[in-house]
Amino acid sequence: MTAPFPTHKQEDWRYADLEALRPVWEQFAEPVTVTVAPGESLEEVWLPTAADVQLRRVQIALERGASARIFVLNAAPVYGRIELEVSLAEGAEFELFGANIGTGVSTNEIVTNVKHAAPNGRSLQVVRSVLGGKATGSFIGKIEVAHGAQKTDAEQSVKAMLLDRGATANAKPELEIFADDVKCAHGASVGELDPMQLFYAESRGLDPAGARALLLEGFITGLWNSAREPGALSEAARKALRTVVQ
Amino acid sequence: MLTITNLHASVDGRPILNGVSLEVPKGEVHAIMGPNGSGKSTLAYVLAGRPGYEVSEGGVSFDGRDLLALEPHERAAAGLFLGFQYPVEIPGVSSLQFLRESLNGQRRSRGEAELSGGEFIRLAREQAALLGMDAEMLKRPVNVGFSGGEKKRAEMVQMGIMDPKFAILDETDSGLDIDALKAVGEGINRIMRAPDKGVLLITHYQRLLDYVEPHRVHVLQGGRIVRSGGPDLAKELEREGYAEAAA
Repeated sequence: MTAPFPTHKQEDWRYADLEALRPVWEQFAEPVTVTVAPGESLEEVWLPTAADVQLRRVQIALERGASARIFVLNAAPVYGRIELEVSLAEGAEFELFGANIGTGVSTNEIVTNVKHAAPNGRSLQVVRSVLGGKATGSFIGKIEVAHGAQKTDAEQSVKAMLLDRGATANAKPELEIFADDVKCAHGASVGELDPMQLFYAESRGLDPAGARALLLEGFITGLWNSAREPGALSEAARKALRTVVQ
Repeated sequence: MLTITNLHASVDGRPILNGVSLEVPKGEVHAIMGPNGSGKSTLAYVLAGRPGYEVSEGGVSFDGRDLLALEPHERAAAGLFLGFQYPVEIPGVSSLQFLRESLNGQRRSRGEAELSGGEFIRLAREQAALLGMDAEMLKRPVNVGFSGGEKKRAEMVQMGIMDPKFAILDETDSGLDIDALKAVGEGINRIMRAPDKGVLLITHYQRLLDYVEPHRVHVLQGGRIVRSGGPDLAKELEREGYAEAAA
């Protein structure tokens, strides 16, 4: 049975492009479930495809001492959505490094719900968005720290770069904390390319599009530092950025 | 080689240059000196094409081309190099990548073959070594975490890599200790002293000119050249101050 079609009234769907989603909903509706056994670790790299609408709905259960590290480049031409629900048992670790890159009238969003269910869990979510044209890029990140999940360390860092006046970035952290000995940090910023950096790069011989692409690469580059094989991510990101700066 | 004629320019609607005329022939080094706020850096930025620096009158010809009609990156490809007074930091982009893409951008627009990764690294290492800079620093993000002196030295390494026809060096001597000053001065002479090249050296002080002796010295004040002379003029300025010398 297919899950009911979402509406904008649901908080985690408020920025979604439901019109684009409707025709393909059935193929994406059911989340994929992954369980990482105690002490095991998982690393995933999710690259964009050429499809107009791209959705990933993934639930990850991290058992005691398990860890997961997800790298994602979200750059659908029309609508891209990465949806992650993660539960952390005692001592589990979760890391997400994601980028939304969009241009035209595209919508790309990363929506997470990280549930610290037991003590000593650690989570880190780093999201960078680069948006041109009239594109929208969003991050909605919920962190739940359950009663008794002491010594949880949860962090979110969200930054967006807007290249044109019509582009929109949304960053929405939600924290629900029911334990008193925890560290939860979140930071968000929205900015534009620095004109002095652009001039410096152009004065050295880069054409304007090349200069913008290089600065944007610098903006997102740190995301892939801890990937086992960052090559494909860097290459795909570079390609997506070239499209955005044209 | 570089001919500036009656150049007027303003920034944010405020006139800064009020009729600068200056000619630097091939093979010569000219120094521009002047008090704070006289328009020295504005002149450098106008020549390099910084957005927001509006030319209202006059012109600049570079190697027979209308310089002001070119975009900043086209000026670079034509052989112009600006050494920044405050070199800009670019987080996340290594100097190696930045300079290789810049140089290859220039080469593409001149119709020359691009340098391969290996060729470029050899060139960059060689230039860094000549300026006494640890080549490992080129792997770090552009100018990030560099001291003032390291940034100026790095500008000279960039200049060595680009090998421009004409360099405008905006207070390249500020923030340098004596050893660095000497290294930078030698770098300028090595890279830029050639029969078909030229240099416009913007400075407050005589001390850089001890290492890089200019053919001509010009005093910029109130947005125009108020006096020109030989190398001795710099010494006179140092001794007597701008107010006295320009009077």
